[in-house]
Amino acid sequence: MTDIYSPSRRTTEGPVYTVTGGDWDTVIGGDPIGEERIVLNMGPQHPSTHGVLRIVLELEGETVTDARVVVGYLHTGIEKNTEFRTWTQGVTFLTRADYLSPFFNETAYCLGVEKLLGIEAPPRAQLIRVLMMELNRISSHWVWLATGGMELGALTAMTNGFRARERVLDVFELITGLRMNHAYIRPGGVAQDLPEGAEVKIRELIKDTRTELAGVDKLLRGQAIWVDRLKGVGWIGVEGCLSLGITGPLLRAAGLPWDMRKTEPYLGYETFDFEVPTDDRGDCWSRFVVRVAEMWESLRIVEQVLDRLEPGPTMVDDPKIGWPARLALGPDGMGNSLQHVQKIMNTSMESLIHHFKLVTEGFRVPAGQVYSAVESPRGELGAHVVSDGSTRPYRVHFREPSFINLQATATLSIGGLVADVIASIASIDPVMGGCDR
Amino acid sequence: MTTPPRPDNLPDGPVDQPAAQAQPVTSPAGGPVDPIGVERRGMFGIEGTGDTTGFGGLIREPWRPPEATRPYGGYFDEVVDALLAIVPELNGQLQVVVDRDELTLHIPRELVAKVARACRDNASLRFELLSSLSGVDYIGTEKRLHAVYQLTSMTYRRRIRLEVSVTVEDPHIPSVTPIYPTADWQERETYDMFGIVFDGHPALTRILMPDDWDGFPQRKDYPLGGIPVQYKGATIPPPDERRVYR
Repeated sequence: MTDIYSPSRRTTEGPVYTVTGGDWDTVIGGDPIGEERIVLNMGPQHPSTHGVLRIVLELEGETVTDARVVVGYLHTGIEKNTEFRTWTQGVTFLTRADYLSPFFNETAYCLGVEKLLGIEAPPRAQLIRVLMMELNRISSHWVWLATGGMELGALTAMTNGFRARERVLDVFELITGLRMNHAYIRPGGVAQDLPEGAEVKIRELIKDTRTELAGVDKLLRGQAIWVDRLKGVGWIGVEGCLSLGITGPLLRAAGLPWDMRKTEPYLGYETFDFEVPTDDRGDCWSRFVVRVAEMWESLRIVEQVLDRLEPGPTMVDDPKIGWPARLALGPDGMGNSLQHVQKIMNTSMESLIHHFKLVTEGFRVPAGQVYSAVESPRGELGAHVVSDGSTRPYRVHFREPSFINLQATATLSIGGLVADVIASIASIDPVMGGCDR
Repeated sequence: MTTPPRPDNLPDGPVDQPAAQAQPVTSPAGGPVDPIGVERRGMFGIEGTGDTTGFGGLIREPWRPPEATRPYGGYFDEVVDALLAIVPELNGQLQVVVDRDELTLHIPRELVAKVARACRDNASLRFELLSSLSGVDYIGTEKRLHAVYQLTSMTYRRRIRLEVSVTVEDPHIPSVTPIYPTADWQERETYDMFGIVFDGHPALTRILMPDDWDGFPQRKDYPLGGIPVQYKGATIPPPDERRVYR
């Protein structure tokens, strides 16, 4: 049989058809189910692959027999770029890595730089960091819920989720001037203090988020399709997680309460009252349960931070490092505060010199290397920061939880149905900006 | 932090003994400590003479972190003792660095797999998680390519760092993928960016860069592109050749 629309050729693995027409019957012959192996390419431009993730699936009928993940489509050389900018400017790049959790990137890096410098941010800056990170955890989990819901057909989860996330981003905009890519957390503290009225807005946000969260929870938790699509799908146990290096909600959904906010506290997390939600099923459903519970816990932490905030400096009191805090939020975004400009232009020559040196040259960081890690919404986010004693990082490497966790794709997918691959990937919650950096 | 001796080419500056001629520091475990990184000095960061002209001259020299002496503090002694007991070959080959409350063990590449297995399996070590594996290129030193392993013990809540250095001519390190499967992609990335070949890796291919890419972008001598600007023949040099503060 020769068909000009679907020529076939024989290979060692059987006939391979290149189908261009729609005449499937004549191609497959008498047995449409048969022992036919299909290699299906999914992505990198596919609405259900969370950005530019590409998966090559091998199918036997509807069952996945092999899954290979291809990453790198969003590689932007962020790590290399930081080597040609000052230590402060490094934040501007790294905040763009995992664009759904910018404050975590900034904090991991800044904690590393501060460890190298041997300094510690003032208490108010630390509290603001915790505040921003926990709000960020909520906004990141909202995106997971929204996109994950959309991929499984729960479109109301998407619209409600993005609506709720947008409210969090409004608060970010109020505080940092930007919805995303804030570069707000800087080595030594934060770029500027909370603006007036921020606390009121955040309290409103907490109230709104509770309502929204309860609504989505009510919408999804008992929903038969949602339950069927998630329960028993994409299983991975604690041993699998540990050997594949998987941390974060996936590990906690498998039953190990490993959360670095509790196990290796940083920024005073040991003083906050919150739980580490876990579940014991290790499937997509458990990850849903764990992440939703985490959002409730984050709200608790945010409230405690608001109760504790005391006036004080937001940047280390060291003029050799602290310039970036002399900023203010103007109508066109963040810039030098009027007060600071008046000081350096009118009254203090020394301040002008310091300003000039810090802006053009940056500060020096003593040679050495450190590894600092924070618990991001996706797991352990580590920054390996190396200095050679100059005004620029010698090397910055990010241990990205998206990158590491995506290694579980094959484990979660093989043996399941092709439709469940979507649910599994959504439950990993990868962000390709972070994965590929 | 002890400052390593440095050469100073200014006539009126203090004349220090160059680092290259300094006696090798002997680590407590017995072996000589090789230069481990590079350190920049000079330009505006110059110390000593008070020269702020910016023409102090840029010196980049092999740099050694401060010598670690017993007791290392905290759990570090326990980890080092346990490792030396399980892997006796390490005696005399182990370089211990304690810096900023972090323990770094520089080990020879032949022992990577053995040390990693001991770290994972031994009851007194229990480093279940390989948190991160990446590379650093310390250009200017002999074994300039370093592979850095961040190990986490969930049982004891400890972290240590293993470091292995190789030359560009012979960039082979045994893979730890059989011991820590999470190293799979991380070794691929390190190969992709630094050209370190992990022997025994199931499929060591590029991961972030395109498959047919030439060169290893994160190496310090990797050529960077400048931007040709159509303005009276002006060009912008690549970032690493621009005039900058160091």
